[in-house]
Amino acid sequence: MLIKNAPDLRYSDVTPKGLYVRRREFLHAAAVAAVGGAAALAPGAGRLRAQGRGAKLPNVKKSQFSTDEKLNSYDDITSYNNYYEFGTDKDDPQRNAHRLVTRPWTIRVDGMVKAPGSYDVESFIKPYALEERIYRLRCVEAWSVVIPWIGFPLADVIKRLEPLPSARYVEFTTLNDAKQMPGVRVPVLDWPYIEGLRMDEAMHPLTILSVGLYGEVLPNQNGAPIRLVVPWKYGFKSIKSIVRIRFTDQQPRTAWAVSNPREYGFFSNVNPTVDHPRWSQATERRLGEFFRRKTLMFNGYGDQVAQLYSGMDLRKFY
Amino acid sequence: MTRFTVFRWSIFAAALTPAAALVYWTFTGDLTANPIDFITDTTGTTALTLLVCTLTVTPLRRVTARNELIRLRRTLGLLAFFYACLHVLTWVVLDWFFDVASMATDVVMRPYITMGMTTFLLLVPLAVTSTAGWIRRLGKRWTQLHRLVYVAAVTAIIHFWWIVKADFRQPRLWALAICVLFGFRAWWSLQTRALARGRVSGGGPARFQTS
Repeated sequence: MLIKNAPDLRYSDVTPKGLYVRRREFLHAAAVAAVGGAAALAPGAGRLRAQGRGAKLPNVKKSQFSTDEKLNSYDDITSYNNYYEFGTDKDDPQRNAHRLVTRPWTIRVDGMVKAPGSYDVESFIKPYALEERIYRLRCVEAWSVVIPWIGFPLADVIKRLEPLPSARYVEFTTLNDAKQMPGVRVPVLDWPYIEGLRMDEAMHPLTILSVGLYGEVLPNQNGAPIRLVVPWKYGFKSIKSIVRIRFTDQQPRTAWAVSNPREYGFFSNVNPTVDHPRWSQATERRLGEFFRRKTLMFNGYGDQVAQLYSGMDLRKFY
Repeated sequence: MTRFTVFRWSIFAAALTPAAALVYWTFTGDLTANPIDFITDTTGTTALTLLVCTLTVTPLRRVTARNELIRLRRTLGLLAFFYACLHVLTWVVLDWFFDVASMATDVVMRPYITMGMTTFLLLVPLAVTSTAGWIRRLGKRWTQLHRLVYVAAVTAIIHFWWIVKADFRQPRLWALAICVLFGFRAWWSLQTRALARGRVSGGGPARFQTS
């Protein structure tokens, strides 16, 4: 009689090293998911999760530029993000951004500038007094939020870096690292993400570099360790996790304008009278509100910024 | 209960899970920071998924030679219509709160909304005439009328495609899915026609009869 002696285990059944090494990471993720799941089921879970987790930032001044509108919750601001380097779903950044290592972090400054070089983010930030700026942020997708940013005017940074008189634009680049950012493995945009401002826009007192929100260090999904905030432009202009600042005399080739030049322009000022080719920009939904609101010209910052664009046809320069 | 009945009920239950989850998440506060968008997306993608599932029934029936599968077709089709109704209701009630003027403008001005509305209007007569009574009354014309489901699948995918900003992976996958399904049907109908022609002309080339 034939006794079949099939081997119980084949070589292909051996767990690959990469997998069992990642076991700890997996268990950690499972534990977080289990705790998170339990917290979600508990009554009042929403309030519990609304508390921040970052380190407190000391000596933050108030600012005359802040709006007194109702703030969106920490939870809203940190769970609903467009940050395609971590995935294109709104909750992908919150889920994946823990992989981003924000210290040490180097910012390269180059182009038409007196002091080109690489700066560690800590020493880059150090000279500036932190301010709280409560700004409206209007996404090109017709939703908006009110965020208490912590940061300092970009103008102060530019003055310190001393661009050459020939520099007319500032270009910013986001980190592009597939090891930390699973989203960049998919070519949904032409990575790295690039944004830019005209020099007068960059020097405007409303334009800030932000390193925190809600009094705490910036969460990774919101663009840690350092990001741009330009409150009168659509959200995608406010580039996250900056690794390079370049001064140039050419208009930067910004990521969305490259991806679809008919739909996204270099300026991208919030403008209820110029629709996106596929949808209206006349109204927006503030997160947490039921009814749509009317979108304001320059996102309500027209008194401060309209003069930057006097004489320009904003239909043409969208 | 036969195994097929169990199978049918589990498909029914699975198809209702997204709706149940939305209700559950409403109470746990887990509809994201933008619940209206989340409900719109969830009901829309579920409707499209079920619509494509409906189109897989007949090919699956041919491949597996299990005729009882045909009984799933109406169930899946009506479930797809159920989610399409939820999707449209979300838009009317939650997104625009009966602002008829704004909705009418969007239907006319925004091609992706025009496509969405077209899809919905195509599905309405199909849902209405899905009963045994209507099948009997319409006879041969019922089959002709229900071919509209192919048009609805195409317009649904265009509707999805036109709202995506940059990440076209999902709509591309759906387009591929229906291309495969359509391809199967086209090949099959060519084969049937060739067979019929062969029979009429009294034994012409029989290449489609072999295998």
